[in-house]
Amino acid sequence: MTDAVVTGEHSEVDKGRRKFLTVATSATAAAGAVFAITPFIASWEPSERARAMGAPVTVDLSKLDVGQMVTYVWRRQPIYIFKRSPQMVASLPTHDGRLKDPQSKESEQPAYARNERRSRRVDIAVLIATCTHLGCLPKQHFDAGDAVLGTDWPGGFLCPCHGSRFDMAGRVFNGSPASTNLRIPPYSFINENTLLIGQDESGAQGAG
Amino acid sequence: MANQDVQYPPGFWGWLNKRMPVQKFLREQLLEYYAPKNFNVWYFFGSLALLVLVMQLFTGIFLTMFYKVGDASAFDSVEYIMREVDYGWLIRYLHTTGASAFFIVVYLHMYRALMYGSYKAPRELLWLFGMFIYLALMAEAFMGYVLPWGNMSYWAAQVIINLFSTIPVIGPGLVEWIRGDYGVADATVDRFFALHVVAIPLVLLLLVALHLVALRQVGSNNPEGIEIKGNLDADGKPLDGIPFHPYYTVKDVFGIGVFLTLFAIVAFFVPTFGNLFMEEANFEPANPLSTPEPIAPSWYFTPYYAILRAVPNQRLGALLLLIAVLAFFFLPWLDRSPVKSVRYRGALFRGFLAIFTVSFLSLMYLGLKPATGAYVTAARVAAIGYFSFFLLMPWYSRVDRTKPVPQRLRSHA
Repeated sequence: MTDAVVTGEHSEVDKGRRKFLTVATSATAAAGAVFAITPFIASWEPSERARAMGAPVTVDLSKLDVGQMVTYVWRRQPIYIFKRSPQMVASLPTHDGRLKDPQSKESEQPAYARNERRSRRVDIAVLIATCTHLGCLPKQHFDAGDAVLGTDWPGGFLCPCHGSRFDMAGRVFNGSPASTNLRIPPYSFINENTLLIGQDESGAQGAG
Repeated sequence: MANQDVQYPPGFWGWLNKRMPVQKFLREQLLEYYAPKNFNVWYFFGSLALLVLVMQLFTGIFLTMFYKVGDASAFDSVEYIMREVDYGWLIRYLHTTGASAFFIVVYLHMYRALMYGSYKAPRELLWLFGMFIYLALMAEAFMGYVLPWGNMSYWAAQVIINLFSTIPVIGPGLVEWIRGDYGVADATVDRFFALHVVAIPLVLLLLVALHLVALRQVGSNNPEGIEIKGNLDADGKPLDGIPFHPYYTVKDVFGIGVFLTLFAIVAFFVPTFGNLFMEEANFEPANPLSTPEPIAPSWYFTPYYAILRAVPNQRLGALLLLIAVLAFFFLPWLDRSPVKSVRYRGALFRGFLAIFTVSFLSLMYLGLKPATGAYVTAARVAAIGYFSFFLLMPWYSRVDRTKPVPQRLRSHA
């Protein structure tokens, strides 16, 4: 057994072979560690139950008056649903110059809401209420010339956390810490007075 | 290693030391560990930080015996601790007061290092371990703040986790992964509990051990910034050093006495400390449909929070917040001055240190105020002051007119 060590050329250490084996073993162990950690990383993803509770939400619009807002929760996110008057909608294009993203090019919304009023129907607006800055809930300041926001305020939302301001279509004003407009979930109308949040013709449930 | 010739005393003490070098360890770490003789009041905060860590572990263990994790039970179980568990209120107040006390002593401990150049060579690694402790402490404090599941807990979790959504490409998916749901939910508080009571405390203990090992290797700096190892007597002991025990053990015990007196006054009489140590909005349950107004983080995070809010761009704001925290890590390499202590530095360093001090305290105050008008402008000015201390340091520390540093520590009057 020990002959080779005591005599002859085998007693010399083959450093190239040792290095190869060391590197190969380390690489295999590293790959194994990646596989081993995967289930633990994956366990932090939303569970089956959390995903099942993210089902679409039905909203009855029959009692919603002009200028009124209701809040529903879809996928743990508060959703603002409000009815705008024709005057409110007509005034939207007048302050485009004060907005960061008036055409909603950088913002998240389904294709049918990527217009100036950011909605499928002219009057009904549906917005994910969490501020695109850091997720607080912007407060309702619908009256134009609101006492808090000054005489040139056209009506919209003010975030109490960091002062982001949005208009009646959820578009963000210049000077806000938020960079994009309020997000819009996928939604559709089952009939004149029934709104379905979280599902549209594409069946998509995006905007997570 | 054990020397066969060593004579161990008879009895249990000898039996023990033959098998484990208890006496040798104590002698080397306490009696033969020489520290500079000129430590001042700023040198209390290291041992106090260790004391607070132990207190937090102790009170924390008792809180976990009564706390019930989960979005449906967490808030009620905290109220149960406060109202029905014997002395539960005291155990909780000691823990909440301890959290703020931890940051007070750590901030003073770090400021000491800034003043006396304790981060400079050969103590870079000591400083880095300290900074990792600070990062772990911030994570620990944030997650602990979420556990009572009050309304501030909920919205703090919402805002802080959303900071990660500003990371390009992976941000939104990462946020969902951290929360384990489409919003802050039961899954979030459950995992934060595991991290707060098991994972991060283990990391903290490991880092504290490494911090102390690195300290024993290089020795403490001192207010003069003079290496005492440069002047040894015939026996190889530093001429300007004194044994850690009994001199500094006694000094630290005195510091602990003063600290615990102040600590007890806060815990017994003003545990909320004027809405700073515990916030009123957190005495109502988490409500995903109502953001508390005004919303402000715990006082120890407000300097960074003020920087975040001062920037009118989401991604840039988050990036500056990150840089503001990480800038401390680079201090040993940003500082090009030949001297350590502020006592021998020139007017430039003193000026920039003053600017940093005022900026940091201003940001701390402004982060508690609403993000409007003059407050935002002031926060922007203070943020510039804060970053200039770090960014301009390679310049001003090099050209600064330093004074000659003596060979020996100045003798006491």
